[in-house]
Amino acid sequence: MEPLTSLKPLLAVLVSLGVVPILISSRSPNVREAWTFGAAGLKFLIVLSMLPAVLEGRELVCTLAQVLPGVAFRLRVDALGMLFALVASSLWITTSAYSIGYMRGLKEHGQTRYFCFFALALSATIGVAFSANLFTLYLFYEMLSFATYPLVTHHQDAKARHSGRKYLLYIVGGSIGLVLPAMVLAYHLSGTLEFSGQGFLPHSGSPILLGVLLFMFLFGFAKAAIMPVHAWLPAAMVAPTPVSALLHAVAVVKVGVFCILRVLTEVFGLDLLASLHLGTAVAYVAAFTIIAASLIALTQDELKRLLAFSTIGQLSYIVLGAALLSPKGLMGGMIHIAMHAFGKITLFFCAGAIFVATGKKNLSEMAGIGKRMPVTMAAFFIGALSIIGIPPGGGFLSKWYLVLGALEADQFPLLVVILVSSLLNAAYFMPIVYRAFFVGSRETTLPDTVSEAPIFCVAPLVVTALISLVLFFYPQPFLDLAELAVQTLIGGTGK
Amino acid sequence: MSQYYPALLIAIPLLAALFISASGWLRPALCFPLALTALGGSLLVSLGLLSNVIRGIPDVYLFGGWPPPWGIYYRVDHLSALVLAVVSIVGFVNLIAARPAVEKEFPEKAAPFYTLYVLFVTGLLGMVITGDAFNLYVLLEIAAITGYALIALGKGRAPLSSLHYIFMGTIGACFYLLGVGYLYIITGSLNMEDIARLLPPLYESKVVTVAFVILMVGIWLKMGFFPLHAWLPNAYTHAPSPVSSLVAPLMTKVMVYVMIRMVLTVFTVDYAFLVLKLNDAVVWLAVIAIVAGSLLALAEKDVKRMLTFIVVAEVGYMVGGFWLGNRAGFIGAVLHLVNDALMTLCLFLAVGNIVYAKGNSQWDSLPGLFRTMPWTMGALVVGALSIIGVPPTCGFFSKWYLLLGAIQGGHYGFLAALLFSSLVSVVLFFRIFEISYFEPFGASHGPDHGEDGPAGREAPLGMLVPLWMTALGLVLLGLYTGEIVDRVIRHAVPGMML
Repeated sequence: MEPLTSLKPLLAVLVSLGVVPILISSRSPNVREAWTFGAAGLKFLIVLSMLPAVLEGRELVCTLAQVLPGVAFRLRVDALGMLFALVASSLWITTSAYSIGYMRGLKEHGQTRYFCFFALALSATIGVAFSANLFTLYLFYEMLSFATYPLVTHHQDAKARHSGRKYLLYIVGGSIGLVLPAMVLAYHLSGTLEFSGQGFLPHSGSPILLGVLLFMFLFGFAKAAIMPVHAWLPAAMVAPTPVSALLHAVAVVKVGVFCILRVLTEVFGLDLLASLHLGTAVAYVAAFTIIAASLIALTQDELKRLLAFSTIGQLSYIVLGAALLSPKGLMGGMIHIAMHAFGKITLFFCAGAIFVATGKKNLSEMAGIGKRMPVTMAAFFIGALSIIGIPPGGGFLSKWYLVLGALEADQFPLLVVILVSSLLNAAYFMPIVYRAFFVGSRETTLPDTVSEAPIFCVAPLVVTALISLVLFFYPQPFLDLAELAVQTLIGGTGK
Repeated sequence: MSQYYPALLIAIPLLAALFISASGWLRPALCFPLALTALGGSLLVSLGLLSNVIRGIPDVYLFGGWPPPWGIYYRVDHLSALVLAVVSIVGFVNLIAARPAVEKEFPEKAAPFYTLYVLFVTGLLGMVITGDAFNLYVLLEIAAITGYALIALGKGRAPLSSLHYIFMGTIGACFYLLGVGYLYIITGSLNMEDIARLLPPLYESKVVTVAFVILMVGIWLKMGFFPLHAWLPNAYTHAPSPVSSLVAPLMTKVMVYVMIRMVLTVFTVDYAFLVLKLNDAVVWLAVIAIVAGSLLALAEKDVKRMLTFIVVAEVGYMVGGFWLGNRAGFIGAVLHLVNDALMTLCLFLAVGNIVYAKGNSQWDSLPGLFRTMPWTMGALVVGALSIIGVPPTCGFFSKWYLLLGAIQGGHYGFLAALLFSSLVSVVLFFRIFEISYFEPFGASHGPDHGEDGPAGREAPLGMLVPLWMTALGLVLLGLYTGEIVDRVIRHAVPGMML
């Protein structure tokens, strides 16, 4: 079908950018937060208003400027982008609420700056989701890198500075050192950067060059945290927890895998990857990351670091799904963007709520916390279920499709990887839940005064936990979008 | 009217310089408005020239009505119109920002400052527009001598640095003159196009080769092409801030333009790239310039001085891009000439604001700046992102063309140097941002964090407005790259490179 020309994608990107001057000039925190909510809600509604057209199989396009021959600054809304934008924009609303509870609860400094850069980061995230070509994608990817730097280093102490350096080293080093030359090379080979369902790289290129190119993209988009370019993610956990939650479980890292999905499916194309056997190579890199990250997560005591390593593993599921090059695998990968987002953000919110209420970061100090903060830990349990992939957690569906995808692709070893990793996930999450609820009152070191965190902290995590459950029963919007996306890539074999 | 544009471009500021000088005795308060009017006038004229060129109206002006090759003649083509616009924009914007600094640093020398300022810009405009090789030398000296004087206005070691610059600059200008002399000996002409017509049968002549090499060395010396850059960092560091932000963006860029003009119009591309076959060697020199400039910048602990080494590296970008000898490289070099002039202006203006508020731009002055001077630092971030090459700032697009040119030309050394320099720029600028953002370290929690930092005030509005105009210009320029390349630069690409 003909793509629709529409300003809505641009509006969706700009709405959070436009609110920044208002945030800066707001005198009272309440007014500032009201504007943040307004922008978040508006953004979600704009994204939602494009959903019907996308579900009909149409694409919305908005060209802003022709910057290079054959390359425009252009936004395009397709099924995959829609899926990601829905996740990111809906979670911004809950995170805004959570931020208020967390930042005020801890009396953090620089809250205006915090909300401004948060809004900027969201603009960039939606921009990535709606990019029509590699150039636009790169633009928003870089914008996100620099917009999140002040968020990661929010505390402005020596540790934050160190982590900020690591963050820049991996993220910007990767994007300038690897992605930029890879992009120029791709342009040199094909004369375009426009995404297309079959990929735009010429099939006639030398296999070695194309292989090198693929791995430059794979490791250059370091936000996807594929090993060995993952070390920034645990380091970035010095950020305030809402930042970790939205950016490091949802926006930033998902932008990384989203970029890799785009590169695999719409720069190279499934046929080219299959004919060069590059899909398998990527799949095994991802599989290694899945297992190694889960094993490292087992050894962590700091809750946020554990979650970070868990994220690294889960991100590679998405890459693995796409690299299987089979319809079911692709679907599994795409749905996992949504399922993991809701599950993981719940877990991060819980970690933050515990920190606000008790000041504790380490698991060893949290024995018996379930009795003091029952709502939070119940939500934690649900989030963990979803990540492990046990019904009725939404994560079950994505893992189900991934397993089917591995079977479809005849990759028995990868099937084993997925299953073993699920066991490992259970092995690091379940003891936390167990120790929260089922220890004797003598073992707990928590004072009696501890109770649930402020309502602004608890309500969002309850909401996201419930959504994780609901998604198991009603995954339609995401499932339909993923199916649609796979259909355009493979041509009707997505069912 | 529009047939007089080329003459007006030079005549307006040249005459205005006289008036400014005179009003220094009579009505000192008039100096600034006069200078502003003069440069505003040449800005309008240069934009008129650019729009004429885009619409395909030829701009030729014969001085005294003498036809070439006898008379001096000004001819505007796509390349020169673009550079003219850049020079006059930078000159004009920087003049607005210069006023508060002049009033603070040397109010008693305001009249000579504005006179020299306007003359300097006149010299540069003339170098760009002239079609006569000797006339170019005259205007080069006008720009150079006023430049030396402007730099010597600074405090401390400025006069010494200026003296060093005079020695080196004079050698460079002499080399240029010598080269033109050789050309005159062998062709009997000074008109650029006339020389180009007479040269082809003489390509095998040693005299032409020597003339070319001497000319190039002279031009490279003036543009600070590594390793001929030694005069540049001191001169630009010790100069007063409004001078640094005028000379640093313009002098090197105009010399790059002169290099391109010499190769394109006088010696022709065929000679430079096919007969002499120097291109590969020069690109390697550029690689060295880029790497060395970046590394030397790393060693500096003064923001302004660090910027001067970035200028050295950026010169390598343009020289290398041009000598790649392909279409993308050429477009990249010319685009970078435009972009880098504005990027450098943005950065030097920001540093000028810091110097205005803090007295210097040493690292010691940086802590707490994001809190005390948020607008200045914001613009500095935009300029830095452009140097690093982050879209949509313009620096990305010229870098894109340069990278593409390197790949198409198979010159992977140049590719690596560009990427290396971009990465080093990240380190360079984020070191500054880190100091001004994190230090002084306070308690990491609590609402009053950071409030106990050093006191300071934002620069006056008169400096902030031009700075932000430039910073926004960087983004706009980036978004309009397609237009600029399509309407202007594309037409300047020599046929051989298509």
